[in-house]
Amino acid sequence: MNFTNLKSLTMKLVLGYHAHTVVKKVIETEIEKFGIAYSYTDSGQIEISNEICPIQFDNLKKNLLDYGIYVQENQKEQLVQRIKEVVDEFIFSEENYNYKTSQYISDKLNLSYGYISNLFSEVTLNTLEYYIIFKKIERAKTMILSGEYNLTEIAYQLKYSSVAHLSGQFKKITGLTASNFFKIISKRNYSLTEN
Amino acid sequence: MKKISIVLADDDEDDRLFFKEAIEQLNLNSDLNLVENGNELMKYLEDLNSPLPDLVFLDLNMPRKGGLECLREIRSSKKLKGLTVAIYSTSSSEEDIEECFVRGANIYINKPNNFESIKSVLLKVISTNYQYNTSSLNKDNFVMVV
Repeated sequence: MNFTNLKSLTMKLVLGYHAHTVVKKVIETEIEKFGIAYSYTDSGQIEISNEICPIQFDNLKKNLLDYGIYVQENQKEQLVQRIKEVVDEFIFSEENYNYKTSQYISDKLNLSYGYISNLFSEVTLNTLEYYIIFKKIERAKTMILSGEYNLTEIAYQLKYSSVAHLSGQFKKITGLTASNFFKIISKRNYSLTEN
Repeated sequence: MKKISIVLADDDEDDRLFFKEAIEQLNLNSDLNLVENGNELMKYLEDLNSPLPDLVFLDLNMPRKGGLECLREIRSSKKLKGLTVAIYSTSSSEEDIEECFVRGANIYINKPNNFESIKSVLLKVISTNYQYNTSSLNKDNFVMVV
């Protein structure tokens, strides 16, 4: 009988996830720890059903903060959060919407785009238009690094008219070409584990 | 909006002054600390009493302890490794830029030679970093050349 020496294999796991699902699950788990009843409103927000004592509420907020989740206590900030969620939905959706992002957001929130845009700029440091492009490029980065998509597929999924359009925007936002970006991150991961 | 805390480490007095002026003129809700070299920077960052800044701007060529050495220390420190680091340098060679990113810098800024450009560059960097901090994004992918 022959025995082959098995060298230890390092396994690389590539994980995909829906951030929204992860966050939702974390929040539910944390709320349930306190035995608090809750429900979801029409706009996807969480409504706490029974009275929660201030100490419990503080602890809940603290626990959520460990995950980087914070309670929006300001109405304008709440709306901005909602706007960001809607932008995410649009970018991540694989359906091919026939209408523009602005129309989608306006319809979803049932507010005029002008109002939404002004509010967004007022509360954050960027315009909504910039934020949308920025989020698309972030998504492109994840897709590039996964190694599962080529630029044509990414351009298509992110609703760019062409690879050139995607590349142009990528360079404009990051200052790097998509391939340089990939090269840098790949090298960096390697050197980080070396140390 | 929460106050944005910024640190600049640069041995050049004029550069520190322009940076400070630019930040003031941008009129953001910000807090700026200036240090003259790498040793002062690391002392400031390691100090248990000072909260972590939102952004660290690092000149590469400083006496005694340079930018790359600070970057190495920051990325290997448990307390500091999550910091957003922007290299603020006069060099524009592609190799230098790539090297900084590979060693863990998030942003590479070619020091502009006019004041208006300094302002617009700083605004872009600060507002982009703000998005990363408020939109649950992966900072490992945060690389930007300005």
